[in-house]
Amino acid sequence: MDFQYTDEQLMIKDMVRKFAEEQVAPGIEERDEKEEFPVDLWNACAELGLVGITFPEEYGGLGQDYVTYSLVVEELSRVDPSLGVTVSAHASLCANPIYMFGTDEQKKKFLPPLATGQKMGAFGLTEAMAGSDASGTRTTAVKEGNEYVINGSKVFITNGYYADTYVITAQMDKEKGNKGIAAFILEKDTPGFTFGKKEKKMGIRSSATYELVFENVRIPEENLLGGEGNGFKVALQTLDYGRIGIASQAVGIAQGAYEAALKYSKEREQFGQPISNFQITQFKLADMAMQIEAARLLVYEACSYASKYDRATNYYAAMAKVFASETANKVATQAVQIFGGYGYTREYPAERFMRDAKITEIYEGTSEVQRMVIAANILKD
Amino acid sequence: MNIVVLLKQTFDTEAKIVISGGKVDPTGVTLVINPYDEFAIEEALTLKEAQGEGSEITVVTAGGDVAEQALRTALAMGCDKSILVSDEALDGADEWAAAEAVAAALKDVEYDIIFAGRIAVDDASGQVAVRVAEALGIPSVSSILKFETDGTVATVTREIDGGNEIIEVPLPAMLTAQKGLNEPRLPNMMGIMKAKSKPLEKKDLAAVGKAAGDVAAKFVIDSVSLPTPREAGTILKGEAAETAPELVRLLHEEAKVI
Repeated sequence: MDFQYTDEQLMIKDMVRKFAEEQVAPGIEERDEKEEFPVDLWNACAELGLVGITFPEEYGGLGQDYVTYSLVVEELSRVDPSLGVTVSAHASLCANPIYMFGTDEQKKKFLPPLATGQKMGAFGLTEAMAGSDASGTRTTAVKEGNEYVINGSKVFITNGYYADTYVITAQMDKEKGNKGIAAFILEKDTPGFTFGKKEKKMGIRSSATYELVFENVRIPEENLLGGEGNGFKVALQTLDYGRIGIASQAVGIAQGAYEAALKYSKEREQFGQPISNFQITQFKLADMAMQIEAARLLVYEACSYASKYDRATNYYAAMAKVFASETANKVATQAVQIFGGYGYTREYPAERFMRDAKITEIYEGTSEVQRMVIAANILKD
Repeated sequence: MNIVVLLKQTFDTEAKIVISGGKVDPTGVTLVINPYDEFAIEEALTLKEAQGEGSEITVVTAGGDVAEQALRTALAMGCDKSILVSDEALDGADEWAAAEAVAAALKDVEYDIIFAGRIAVDDASGQVAVRVAEALGIPSVSSILKFETDGTVATVTREIDGGNEIIEVPLPAMLTAQKGLNEPRLPNMMGIMKAKSKPLEKKDLAAVGKAAGDVAAKFVIDSVSLPTPREAGTILKGEAAETAPELVRLLHEEAKVI
């Protein structure tokens, strides 16, 4: 067991950190305030090769492991969690199910433009009445000739509107419940496929979150992903890997909030000395640092299984996600506390990290659902 | 075109400098490519891209094994091969000795043009590149802000007091980069992946045809000290109308500037 990054990973971490600090940080407050999605930064991520890390080179990816993917998402999120989730949703929720469940033809057609970032991806699972309980899925798919006709809508879709390629789920046979669900690859500009409401959010405000609307959308049968009736399985396994992205985003949020608080504690003076001299502050900082390291290690453990596409990813990714997201919330809340009154203002980044942290306990399966997954693994024998 | 870049690995510009035992302590300090050398690398990459197929960039440094990191980063940015001149006899080398070692390593390298940073941010002597040019018998122009070439002559712009100076220099030549020459790129993921399979040749002094005695430093550093920390200023509290007379009194009686 070796806890060191490889030389390449160190160089990548360094590169992404520089990119984030020099090119992503400027304008971050304004993007948050105006809820603007930064297309130019997405393009910059694509040019740097940050959006298709885990996919084989033959499909336009880099053939790197999940630790590398995780540290890239972390470094982006350390500065801008909105950009971190943009990359994570694209890679883990759209490109990855195509990679894991696609036929050779589907992989050859859809993966290279996604892996290189020429196209952006999104994933449509959640509906108004179907979150973790996918059996509530009301979007329908009906086979007509060599096409599937889709009707319904999806909500809270990260990268919606901006993405070019969507993996969506729809119900083909309500009687069968989860076993009636199928997954499809849907391209933007397909007739009948439009975008509804743009969500106004508490945090990650410069990531795009839209409603997808399907009115008699005709998808060619070759875009069925994973076979009829397998959509629920596609979704669950996709989320196993997606949770690594969100857990990495959460570690990045925690790291960013912690570093801001650490720096401020050395500058802010009360009673004639920096507040970092006070034991109460020191203990807060020690707890933050310790929790972040623990979260990161758990994420990397999940990564080690994910890199091998091992089924245990389900168990470890759920643990990593719940632990890292709760860490992000604890650390960001403490960071605001260390900043005191200033922490509550938008003059400093602490409050933004605190708002951005909350979603990591909710999307891609709430902390409650992660605990259900963990418990199911523990109790299955 | 054969392009050479000289680089030096230096402390991160935000590193906290600690002196122990009369020397700057490198423990725990992040090492980076000297920022001015990044401009040199970028200019070399731009030139290579403009020249198209057949151009090659060799990046050269002198230093310990740890300097391999800096070379790998340059290779990741797009340089093609690299040479590290590394020898215990170069520990504590002065500018003359470093230049002799680097120039000796360049004897086996073909070059049409050499780029370097105008100065290293650590000891800021600004001598090595110019000394290398001298040792190789080629012209050098320092602190360039703009560069063009037709392949035989380079046309470069330097900033001088109150204006710019445009110089034409026949190739091969040594050109050192000033801030403002370009914006260095970041290495991308593909570049980082490829860097490890690009040549990194390590040469000791013997391999470049020198003996330890050839590069004995010509000067010794007697002592190193940190700048005297600035004392905290005085802040006068109260309304402007009340504090102004006190400010005038202090400027007159204590600072003695009015």
